[in-house]
Amino acid sequence: MVLLKMKFPFQKRVRLAQGLWLLSWVAMFSGAITFTMGAFLKTELHRRSEVMHSMDIHIVPNLLMAVGLASVGINIFAGKVCQDSLDPSRFPRWKTFLPPFFCFSVFLTSLLLVAMILSFALQPSLEESLKIGLKNGIRFYKDTDTPGRCFQKETIDRLQIEFQCCGNTDYRDWFEVQWISNRYLDFTSKEVKDRVRSNVDGRYLLDGVPFSCCNPASPRPCIQYSLRDNSVHYNYEYQTEELNLYSRGCRQALVSYYMGLMNTIGPCVLFDFLLQMAILVSLRYLQTAMEGVIGQEDVEIETDGYILEKGVKETLLETKEKVKKLLQFAQVGDASATTTDAQPEEEKPATA
Amino acid sequence: MVVGKMKLTFQKRVKLAQGLWMLSWFATLGGAVTFALGCFLKTELRRRGEVMDNTDIHCVPNTLMIVGLASMGINYFASRICQDALDPGRFPRWKTFLKPFYGCSVFFTTLMLISVILSYIMKGSLETSLKIGLKNGIRFYKDTDTPGRCFQKQTIDRLQMEFQCCGNSNYRDWFEVQWISNRYLDFSSKEVKDRIKSNVDGRYLIDSVPFSCCNPSSPRPCIQYRITNNTAHYNYEHQTDELNLFIHGCREALVNYYMGLMNAIGAVVLSVFLLQCSVLASVRLLQTSMEAVAGQENVEVDSEGYLLEKGVKETFMEYVDPVLKLLWLNEVTPAEAKAEAGTS
Repeated sequence: MVLLKMKFPFQKRVRLAQGLWLLSWVAMFSGAITFTMGAFLKTELHRRSEVMHSMDIHIVPNLLMAVGLASVGINIFAGKVCQDSLDPSRFPRWKTFLPPFFCFSVFLTSLLLVAMILSFALQPSLEESLKIGLKNGIRFYKDTDTPGRCFQKETIDRLQIEFQCCGNTDYRDWFEVQWISNRYLDFTSKEVKDRVRSNVDGRYLLDGVPFSCCNPASPRPCIQYSLRDNSVHYNYEYQTEELNLYSRGCRQALVSYYMGLMNTIGPCVLFDFLLQMAILVSLRYLQTAMEGVIGQEDVEIETDGYILEKGVKETLLETKEKVKKLLQFAQVGDASATTTDAQPEEEKPATA
Repeated sequence: MVVGKMKLTFQKRVKLAQGLWMLSWFATLGGAVTFALGCFLKTELRRRGEVMDNTDIHCVPNTLMIVGLASMGINYFASRICQDALDPGRFPRWKTFLKPFYGCSVFFTTLMLISVILSYIMKGSLETSLKIGLKNGIRFYKDTDTPGRCFQKQTIDRLQMEFQCCGNSNYRDWFEVQWISNRYLDFSSKEVKDRIKSNVDGRYLIDSVPFSCCNPSSPRPCIQYRITNNTAHYNYEHQTDELNLFIHGCREALVNYYMGLMNAIGAVVLSVFLLQCSVLASVRLLQTSMEAVAGQENVEVDSEGYLLEKGVKETFMEYVDPVLKLLWLNEVTPAEAKAEAGTS
């Protein structure tokens, strides 16, 4: 039972070949764009890698780049094949290449869909990675004299200013860590001693945030210290007033940013996928239609084109058998070496 | 005295026409690039228009845009002329057109050069404009409840963060204005009353700066209040320590930014100018060499091309005379009218 048989008169074959040649150039261009978008996404993820704990999310741009490059190659090959397809003398040399080419291309093209699905599936992993990364960044904010951590302050400050966010989940994350280094604390003062004694670990905790949490859009000069103390500031009630800090957390801001990026890239990748599948289907039709012409005297006859000669199930069984045979040949090669040793022993009892 | 005389064989004329056609398309592209650069510069100047007192500096991008458009037109005509140049039948129809064409082209090409020179001359004006604009911005920083000035705070804050600068000349400019609004001052407190009494105008002046002056690269959490008071902060001496504020003033930062932009644009515009000059010189050579051939039976003879038939001064007077005559005519007519009125 042939799958999706179509009749192809000579004119239709010619049109198919020409259209396919043009389409393969468009798809090559689209593959290059996919590669560029993958490279851009990777650069953006790399820029903020200091606040990310794991690199799991990098699989999405890596897949996009690999498939983009491969699709450029696939489409060049497809263009060459359909250039030769209308010449019955040049077409047969592609015969052996085409079946593995189709399997390989379908596999690679489906990787595009996998990349798109992964970009949504990996969102929790990205969020977790950012949660841990930001937690560490906030914890090591004060360690500007420790090698390896001395840039955490600048990284977190610039991140909060650029993404207009404060802290991990919100500004209260800064209340739970000591973000002012001991170098700048006067341990003889009563206030410092009280604060350090007030918690088990002996950390200087205060209800203040760094300056990078300040919102320029607020009408009031920034209140960043003694946030919970209404009496310190004139005309200020922290429970009711809108604070002049950034209200959202940096984790949420970064996740929104990256999801927005991937949502923009998604439709372009989907378009590339559909284009690529259309090319592969058309190339298959062209190949099968041309195979009907090979060996005939009159090239202008009508032929049948199809996607699969037998049904899907039967084709799968056939390929399974082929692969088994290939494996058996490899096994028989070993087995025949062992049987030649065993045979003289078998013959010996027979002769004896 | 002929200027720039050259012998041109037939082959050379053909090559000149072909080369000129290509060159004129490049020059059209150059004109488009000049126009785009003018638009970009104007957009950048407008973005910071709130901290500029006057718009004098806008004459530079305006000139660039006009010159860019004009240059596209000039080069389009140049390519049409050289397309027709090798055909003696079609070439004469451009004859009357050429003199005004040269006049306009030379004018606009000099304007291109003038715009580059202007961008350096206007630096002083830009600096003064920024000085006044920033002074006003800092003065009205606190007026977030006054209509028309309510965005000054946000503008100045974002400017300082983006250009990594503080104040007009430096951070001390903030010590001389009251940048905290009276709405947020407790007038019953002793400290506020003391500070207000300490100066003639009754302003609340402090040795502090807004948060947007803070430098993220500094290893220490930002010290923005009581900057000159060493005892207020532990392990701090404001005379010797490197402050964790931005050290440049915003005026200097903005002037450097715009001068950098105009230097880059100036380099590109100069190369477009040279391209344009070569196009015009080639059109002139082609025209004069073709005129020597016109009317002859054998078109493939050698001919002479030149840039100017007479000397530079005489040619300049030739072009300027008709314009002056037009102006003098206008002056002569009122005098004649007066004479007529006098006689009648």
